[in-house]
Amino acid sequence: MRREIPLAITFITALIMIVSFFIPHAPFGSMQDVSLKWYSIIAGFTMLLGVDSLIHMHSVKIKRKKEGWVYSLVLILGFALFVISGTIAGIRFGSAMDIRSSFMYLYTYMIVPLQSTMFALLSFFIASAAYRAFRARNMDATLLLITAVLVMLGRVPVGYQMWHSFPAVAEWIMAVPQMAAKRGILIGVSLGSLAVSLRIMLGIERSYLS
Amino acid sequence: MHNFWVILGVWMAAFLTLAIFSFLYKDNPFYKFAEHLYVGTSAGYMLIYTYFLVIKPMLIDPISQEHQWILLIPAFFGVIMLTRWFPKIAWLSRWSIAFTVGIGTGLAITGSIQGLLVPQIKGTLIALHGWNGATLNNLLIIIGVIATLTYFYFSKEHRGFVGKTAKLGITYIMIAFGASFGYTVMARISLLIGRMYFLFHTWIPLIK
Amino acid sequence: MSIFEKFEKIDRRFIFLLVALAVLTPLIFKVTMKIPISSPVKSAFKAVDTLPRGTNILISVDYDPASMPELQPMYRTLLYQCFEKGLKPVMIVQWPLGLPLSINTMAEVAEQYNEMARKEGKDTVVYGRDYVNIGYRPGGVAQVVGIGKEIRDYFESDYRGTPLDSLPMMKDIHNYDNFALLFALEAGSMGDIYVQYANARFGIKIILGMTAVSAPDAYPYLQAHQIIGLLGGLQGAAEYETLMKRPAFATMGMTAQSWVHVLIVLFILIGNIGYFISRKKKRS
Repeated sequence: MRREIPLAITFITALIMIVSFFIPHAPFGSMQDVSLKWYSIIAGFTMLLGVDSLIHMHSVKIKRKKEGWVYSLVLILGFALFVISGTIAGIRFGSAMDIRSSFMYLYTYMIVPLQSTMFALLSFFIASAAYRAFRARNMDATLLLITAVLVMLGRVPVGYQMWHSFPAVAEWIMAVPQMAAKRGILIGVSLGSLAVSLRIMLGIERSYLS
Repeated sequence: MHNFWVILGVWMAAFLTLAIFSFLYKDNPFYKFAEHLYVGTSAGYMLIYTYFLVIKPMLIDPISQEHQWILLIPAFFGVIMLTRWFPKIAWLSRWSIAFTVGIGTGLAITGSIQGLLVPQIKGTLIALHGWNGATLNNLLIIIGVIATLTYFYFSKEHRGFVGKTAKLGITYIMIAFGASFGYTVMARISLLIGRMYFLFHTWIPLIK
Repeated sequence: MSIFEKFEKIDRRFIFLLVALAVLTPLIFKVTMKIPISSPVKSAFKAVDTLPRGTNILISVDYDPASMPELQPMYRTLLYQCFEKGLKPVMIVQWPLGLPLSINTMAEVAEQYNEMARKEGKDTVVYGRDYVNIGYRPGGVAQVVGIGKEIRDYFESDYRGTPLDSLPMMKDIHNYDNFALLFALEAGSMGDIYVQYANARFGIKIILGMTAVSAPDAYPYLQAHQIIGLLGGLQGAAEYETLMKRPAFATMGMTAQSWVHVLIVLFILIGNIGYFISRKKKRS
């Protein structure tokens, strides 16, 4: 039963979605509405899973004084700071997302710089990668390299200064050959995912239950 | 907000920004501190929003104020999702996963046909009349889509005509990857511009 | 050892420094350049600009601080355009970590606009009457399909918990049919979901403002008329600012962007010359 019930749930819910697509009237339409809303609520809970395992892992690290436990402590304190300020904001303003709350303040001056700088780091690495690894080793690599250079120059104002038709060339690359390849990939991927979806619905593919 | 708090906030943000950038020199305690703080604060944020933007408005409020008892069902499914924490009853979480997977696949089956396959194939069935630039572009598009698809078609050996078409497909794919690389460079640099602007405009007002 | 071979063994921190300087110099010296306009941005701008006053427009704010520099300028300019044209924007958020950005920016732009409006004797904009932010709810695809029927099934209240029915602007807004178009600012796959479900199933017109990383993937939608406009990365934002005649962060940033692109192209060239020289040596 531990396998059959989930398989039945998957099949029935998927079937409701498909039938209600073709027959959006009662009772299928409302069955769809209810299922979609329930889905959203359940999906909301999944966040908690990740948070718990993260906090658990680092608490253990602190308790056992493993190497780098001080950083784990920083992590836990950061976590606590947001939970506490969010709770206080909820009590004071009715919502953590009130623009006056300390929660929003901490978001602006902690999460924003931390996350955006973390991603800005990549700019340096991509520049150094372009220098070290981007080599015209064969025809395909050369083609990739030339396209990248044309697009990089064609999509910035300096390209326009160099040659007024540069932006048009870059736009043509994007809209014709690039687009055609992306469409080919897109069609291929969606045919693949269609097949996988059908296999899941019919219970042939069960790896998601393990 | 008091000016003091804004100044404090900007200095704190500047410190955190520099702490992360310090990784460029080499890995160091400042970077590790900022990295862990990032993960911790994000997790705290997630917990708070899950309550204020999911559980409270979608469950607690409608149940307590409008007595929508039916919502106890998704609440139950949501809670049993958390049984993964307890190995003995972890199998229960499969019910919730099965429900979400079922909805996801059901939507994907109709969605990918209606929203992707049909319009994208329709977009490839384009006119080829008259000798002009548009016709040439359309021809290049049709050939490119077919060639790319052929490259990904592995049920037939890539030999002879099929092989040549697949090879042409690689050419198209290389152009697409090159373009994507160029765009990725663009994106990453933009993020750096954003941080530089913060450091030298908001923090140290060098940029007017 | 030739100069190019020496270049090949250069410390990468030296490259980092050059990149930082290439970004900083044009910003400090305020070098600006003419922004060429591409047709996907022009059509996006025109689609919004020609809407009659009082039209509702749905703006999906789906990014977080990681891609803020690219998408925030689009959001700012678009909001300002809505206020100036008398359009009624409703903000919806699919990226939980970006919700505060959507709220703060909305408040800032409204304040900026109102300051200008007061000076010029125009009508100011008021939250709830002229613009609303309904905030974030989970669900992704399911929610995008669900609000096709009724927004209130998911968003009974706005981002701070005010019931939608108590906001005058939301009285007659129930689903996609009540919006002239959806302008989605995307850092990930939500754009695809909107195109494949909101547009295909409910027929709402869509404009995508995307990070440069994901913009190339949207070209098939553009060609198939599944979207009616496309803004890609900082350049897309700069073009939109130019069309709005409100040059700001993106326009200024594009000069720095230009310099770094030229630098990277030079890196690639030097790197390849060094590569070919050392390959030739190895062969001989």
